[in-house]
Amino acid sequence: MEKYRIDRSKGIEFGLYTLGDHIPNPETMERISAKQRLDEIIELAKLAEEFGLDVFSVGESHQKYFATQAHSVVLSAIAQATKHIKLTSSSTIISTSDPVRVYEDFSTIDLISNGRVEIVAGRASRVGLFELLGYDLKDYEGLFEEKFELLKLINENKIVNWEGEYRAPLKNAEVLPRPLHNTLPLWRAVGGAPGSAIRAGRQGVPMMLATLGGPSSNFKIAVDAYRKSLSDSGFDPAEFPVATTGLFFTDKDSQVAMRQAYPGVNLGLQLVNGHGFSKQHFAQAQDVRDALMVGSPQQIIEKILYQYELFGHQRYMAQMDFGGVPFPLLVKNLELIASEILPAIRKYTKQ
Amino acid sequence: MKIVGLSGSIVGSKTKTAMLVFEKTLRAKYPDAEWTLIDLADYNVQFSDGRNYLEYEGDTAFVAKALMDADTIVIGTPIFQASLPATLKNIFDLLPINAFRDKVISFFVTAGSSKHYLVAEQQLKPILAYMKAQIVQTYVFIEDQDYVKKEIVNDDVFLRMERLVEDTVNLTATYELIRKQQEDQYDF
Repeated sequence: MEKYRIDRSKGIEFGLYTLGDHIPNPETMERISAKQRLDEIIELAKLAEEFGLDVFSVGESHQKYFATQAHSVVLSAIAQATKHIKLTSSSTIISTSDPVRVYEDFSTIDLISNGRVEIVAGRASRVGLFELLGYDLKDYEGLFEEKFELLKLINENKIVNWEGEYRAPLKNAEVLPRPLHNTLPLWRAVGGAPGSAIRAGRQGVPMMLATLGGPSSNFKIAVDAYRKSLSDSGFDPAEFPVATTGLFFTDKDSQVAMRQAYPGVNLGLQLVNGHGFSKQHFAQAQDVRDALMVGSPQQIIEKILYQYELFGHQRYMAQMDFGGVPFPLLVKNLELIASEILPAIRKYTKQ
Repeated sequence: MKIVGLSGSIVGSKTKTAMLVFEKTLRAKYPDAEWTLIDLADYNVQFSDGRNYLEYEGDTAFVAKALMDADTIVIGTPIFQASLPATLKNIFDLLPINAFRDKVISFFVTAGSSKHYLVAEQQLKPILAYMKAQIVQTYVFIEDQDYVKKEIVNDDVFLRMERLVEDTVNLTATYELIRKQQEDQYDF
């Protein structure tokens, strides 16, 4: 765990992640400018640090209704604006990027941030970026696996010799600058299906698992498969952290939380995926067994602890800004996270 | 009520002919219903490659979006090789897994032989159910012998089609009511 900078004596880590979505306010249907959205993301990261959260992450999505395509640039601004909070990506689409450039960027941000940076590499749930960035969708799987391996190789070696299918070979290449502690924690982003979790285990890298909806027990299959795959591949599962991610919204009154969260989530999914969130499913968020983190702080605490029992994970990443949520509401969420949720979950999970 | 008629084959005329009977009956009985006819023969739809439906272009994007925006879909399909035409299956493959959630779907079948009677029951309904459709259980099965010179000549087909129109509209209205009743329980 130390290799990945996880200190279990402090309990489960709690972080925020944003995909940098840029969606109209569901109530007014007005959209803030991209500049304001970016300013607010940086401000949110500063506040997250002030409120004592452990991690802040920014993802890239190259489609309509998003503003952080250049997520490493945003992370760099956040690195400059903060002092202690860990920074990571959620995720970096390695398939359509050059691992050398990605590593240069992130180790630079790591130096600027004084050693607080991690990379979570994923392969995109949407495919528009393949055309935009000049890649062939037919290579979806191959691009990801090869480039992830190369990124890992660069992370673990000062001098790299490498040959592959999708990039020119590297001969005695030195990728500079090196990060502050020579390597960065490199995670693999995994969707719900166990296949990708098993590959993460085989590679011997930490896993960040998306848990978007449905019963939490469904995601246990992926977590168990990951740990089994780690040990089958000769790694010790106890050394590898697992993070989960999901939609989040809290208010003192659980009904208010539902009322404030639903319109944005529904509109956001409608615009981004072309299909809203079923009200019937959303209503089941009230049940502790459902993965969706919407409710009163007490409900959220119970849910996180329930999931902790199931997964034994080391980090939970909350996505609370999806769907044009006005900034003051995000601050209100942070206040409740800091005053009620963090103390409780840390108390019960520290070892 | 947005109803889309989807004629699922790019060859032949029988399915389209039957779809026009459905359309005519619908317009006469329910003039307020908003009707769109999509005859796949008129569109150049690409094979599904697994991407989100919003990411397709041209005719493929148009057809996928029209179906996703519909409250109700009426499918007309022939039977090829004891199964659905590939063109129709491709439409299902283009859409998300829960694409038909909160949608009512009814259908009729035009077949060359009575031996195809259970194909829709055993092959179409499971797909619709998997994609979360509210299915109008009773469908109209039309055979080759019901047509003369590209016109339907069997009175029974007209009467059954009339009932299919009624069942489709009624189930849409009823389902809307059920859904509203369910959602009214939620305070969000």
